[in-house]
Amino acid sequence: MASAYWSALNDTIGGDPVESLIHFYGLSALRLLLLSLVLTPLVRFSRQPALMRLRRPLGLWAAAFATAHLAVYVVYDLQMNWALVLSEVIERPYITVGFVAWLVLSVLAVTSLPRLVRALGKRWKPLHNTVYLAAALVCLHFLWSVKADIVEPGLYILILAVLLFLRKEKLFRYFRSSKPHNG
Amino acid sequence: LQRELEFAKATSTQQTLTSEAKVTSYNNFYEFGLGKNDPRENAAGFRVDPWQLQLDGLVDQPQTLGYEDLFGFDLEERIYRLRCVEAWSMVIPWVGFPLADILKRAGVNSSAKYIAFETLFDPKQMPGQRSRLGGGIRYPYVEGLRMDEAMHPLTFIAVGVYGKTLAPQNGAPVRLVVPWKYGFKSIKSITRIQAVDKQPPTTWNLAAANEYGFYANVNPEVDHPRWSQATERRITRGGLGSDERIATLPFNGYGEQVAGLYQGMDLQRFY
Repeated sequence: MASAYWSALNDTIGGDPVESLIHFYGLSALRLLLLSLVLTPLVRFSRQPALMRLRRPLGLWAAAFATAHLAVYVVYDLQMNWALVLSEVIERPYITVGFVAWLVLSVLAVTSLPRLVRALGKRWKPLHNTVYLAAALVCLHFLWSVKADIVEPGLYILILAVLLFLRKEKLFRYFRSSKPHNG
Repeated sequence: LQRELEFAKATSTQQTLTSEAKVTSYNNFYEFGLGKNDPRENAAGFRVDPWQLQLDGLVDQPQTLGYEDLFGFDLEERIYRLRCVEAWSMVIPWVGFPLADILKRAGVNSSAKYIAFETLFDPKQMPGQRSRLGGGIRYPYVEGLRMDEAMHPLTFIAVGVYGKTLAPQNGAPVRLVVPWKYGFKSIKSITRIQAVDKQPPTTWNLAAANEYGFYANVNPEVDHPRWSQATERRITRGGLGSDERIATLPFNGYGEQVAGLYQGMDLQRFY
């Protein structure tokens, strides 16, 4: 992350360092996020439970890259023109979706602190299952941001679809149990 | 590979030119890849000589210009602002001649109302055209101008940039430059210019009509459905933090010269 930033400062990362950096951070966030989600089925198939320990750092790095992605957009692209930042977040659906995804990831990152994990107890798991929602929003944000070349976002959407399919029963169960029971 | 050109130099400008390195490395040219940095790499071996530029349709004297013919006009330098529809901009010293020069040579009929342009179609050389998905646009890339726009003295055919022949990624050997319109109107590597009587199809309009109109005049009042067009990031030189975000001007600041072309037109509708 830092080396990309250093290259951007020194103008050695493509013709427009701002765009290069935004794309690099954004894509890295998406890839890390999907990688963290791939771990669960991978552990099951490979029977290597030790791999599970990677899930937390992968998720945290995804959140960090998402934060860097947003920060470069606000600071170097929109140049802290806050009125513009606000209007883009509110009026442009693809920015709105990306922003919501970042909010979700941030909440998940913060609630990964051991103390908060303990404090949340049983509620921690349903809360952290919203990572699938965040992943879906990130994919939509990517798809919506491109002008015409939908192949790359399509690929990530396919990966996410497969992941959701593999986890469908578990997710359905959480979804049902998190709804209030009214008889 | 690029050779020096002889031309009438532009008088100085107050605006900071975008560095040659950035002009030649940050390009939208889907025929050579979707990333902005791809065209420079993928177009490196692009053959521009021999070239054929066909000039036909509703003209008195259809003609075919070869590579050397492209440089047979009175070449001059024009420093133009280029505003991309993606809300970034550059300041670029083109070398070339007014489109009107070439149109006059062919003698456009009075029945012709529009000029249609076409980019080279050569999947062997242009990897983007090989892929079935092709970045989501149809090939060959096509563009068009209304006759009065085409004949306007600002409308320019570039055969060079920064004093040399064009680099392939900039649309070698011959491209259009229409400074008051979004960059995608300025079609690259042209092989055909046709005078026609009906409004010709244009590539980005075909791809997403609700986002890209036929006119595509730079207009801070009409936002792209997905982002604001009120401001732009001016790419000049240097790394992160060296660009300025500036207000976008109607007709990219060329309103004095071209606003008259659109008198009485609802530019919200004809975007």
